[in-house]
Amino acid sequence: MLEHYLSLATKAIFVENMALAFFLGMCSFLAVSRKVETAIGLGAAVIFVLGLTTPLNQILVKSFLEEGALSWLPGGENVNLSFLSYLVLIGTIAAVTQIVEMVIDRFAPALYGTLGVFLPLIAVNCAILGGALFMVQRDYTLGEATVYGVGAGVGWALAIVALAAVRERLRYNDVPAPLRGLGITFITVGLMAIAFMSFSGIQL
Amino acid sequence: MQFLRDLLDKAEPNVQKGGRFQSLASAYEALDTMMFTPGIQTRTASHVRDGLDYKRMMFIVVMALGPCLLIANWNTGYQAFLAIEAGAVPLGDWQNGLFQWLGGQYVSGDVLWCALFGALYFFPIFIVVHVVGLGIEIVTAQIRDLEVTEGFLVTGALLPLLLPATIPLWQVGLGTAFGLIIGKEVFGGTGMNFLNPALVCRAFLFFAYPAYISGEGPWIAADFLGVDGFTGATLLAQAAAESGALHGASWSAAFFGGIAGSMGETSALACLIGAGLLIQTGVGSWRTMLGTAIGTVVMATFLNLIGSDTNPMFAVPWYWHMVLGGWAIGTVFMCTDPVSSAYTESGKLVYGFGIGLLCVIIRCINPAYPEGMMLAILFMNMFAPLIDHFVIRRNIARRVARSGA
Repeated sequence: MLEHYLSLATKAIFVENMALAFFLGMCSFLAVSRKVETAIGLGAAVIFVLGLTTPLNQILVKSFLEEGALSWLPGGENVNLSFLSYLVLIGTIAAVTQIVEMVIDRFAPALYGTLGVFLPLIAVNCAILGGALFMVQRDYTLGEATVYGVGAGVGWALAIVALAAVRERLRYNDVPAPLRGLGITFITVGLMAIAFMSFSGIQL
Repeated sequence: MQFLRDLLDKAEPNVQKGGRFQSLASAYEALDTMMFTPGIQTRTASHVRDGLDYKRMMFIVVMALGPCLLIANWNTGYQAFLAIEAGAVPLGDWQNGLFQWLGGQYVSGDVLWCALFGALYFFPIFIVVHVVGLGIEIVTAQIRDLEVTEGFLVTGALLPLLLPATIPLWQVGLGTAFGLIIGKEVFGGTGMNFLNPALVCRAFLFFAYPAYISGEGPWIAADFLGVDGFTGATLLAQAAAESGALHGASWSAAFFGGIAGSMGETSALACLIGAGLLIQTGVGSWRTMLGTAIGTVVMATFLNLIGSDTNPMFAVPWYWHMVLGGWAIGTVFMCTDPVSSAYTESGKLVYGFGIGLLCVIIRCINPAYPEGMMLAILFMNMFAPLIDHFVIRRNIARRVARSGA
């Protein structure tokens, strides 16, 4: 059992890295990767939100939305609410993000300031929704969903922290003028994705 | 030499701003500084009094690559002749035509014929890499109004060694262009890239044209299809495919370089000689190499202890890992690349350790890529700045604690 969870976590962190294999959550990935400290902050927030919302959504989907999930209700055998799943997934994510935002504002105001608009934007970060949708698609159990959520978050955080460190090193580079800023960042991310391909094809 | 100096001096007014051949200024400058010590003197602070300048450093690395280069020529011929002696047919390409016209004999025991045959494959690749590479260097320098730097010398010497003998030349040109432009020039040129340009080129070719740079086909320059009991796969790939593949193989052959593989990567001995020169001159970091070796030993031993019924790579001991595939040339010449590795001294140990660890992991658990060294180095290149970041932070914290501030 432990082995199963371990291989699931490895898969979520490296093989199916949210940022560098699926290119999800790109907007904050590119925008908040200028400094390592900020990137660590956002990475931690994403780990927390993914690790919390994926199992929460799993419970909601399994006990209310799936076909036959409401069979405990009289006459609920034929109810299929899965058309509501997008709404519910997004709603849960938005609510959890709101809580994280309030917590960070209360306990780490400096980080709150530097993350700026990208903290509430976690609510619409496609890496988070992607995690929930993969969970639904692959029919994970509650335990698997928790491990997968945390793993996917750790993978994304690892990628953004590495990118931030690379960008700090590249800061004083003599990059050709048309490529300065986002242009060179896109190229950097592309090259990082090539390096991450070392894990593609691993069967776990 | 005076004749050359005069010639260059006479040409100089033409390539300066406003001259007739203004667009050749970078090419002129590169040629001039290659032949003569630059006449520029520093008149204000700061003065660097050190004989080891950029150019010399690059030349030391190129010299250290010398043994690999020699073995590459010999082994390319040797592998082809072994195949031909086993019943394979020589390829119908111009290299074989020229070789036969020169009266060459396909005898694997004859070092000179082996080397000549290998050179016929090695030098076209070498020339394409340099024509494309230097072309890009000169054009970028000219466009951006910079001087041509020596950084390409090492990339240009290293890259042909990482490729198989039968790779099509247009792929070599394309890969070189990708590695140099996307891997280096867009970041601002030599010294500013975060990945090793030679490895970016090889990774590009590896993912874009896998059939030409992996599997059984490309390593041996002879047509061995249909020859019974002969495989063109590298020893590393054989070890991954079936257990016991290494029992019949000779470790010393792999150490000296008489096995199939990319042209320059097969000989651990040649790389070891290069490592000696690099460490002695201080150009290559022994910490990185040591870290890589330790990482490999630790991970390989760990996997040996775990064991696996289905995966024969788990049983490969560390001393085999070190002589197979690109481990040796990667450890000596690519991990130690001062630009893309970690900058801090203790960071280099961690960086090397990570490469060793990852190399064995990728080789053992990723069935798609039996050769893990290239990807392991690229992966750790990506994390080198982060390692430095934490090392520096730790140093600052320690000094603050020491001074009691």
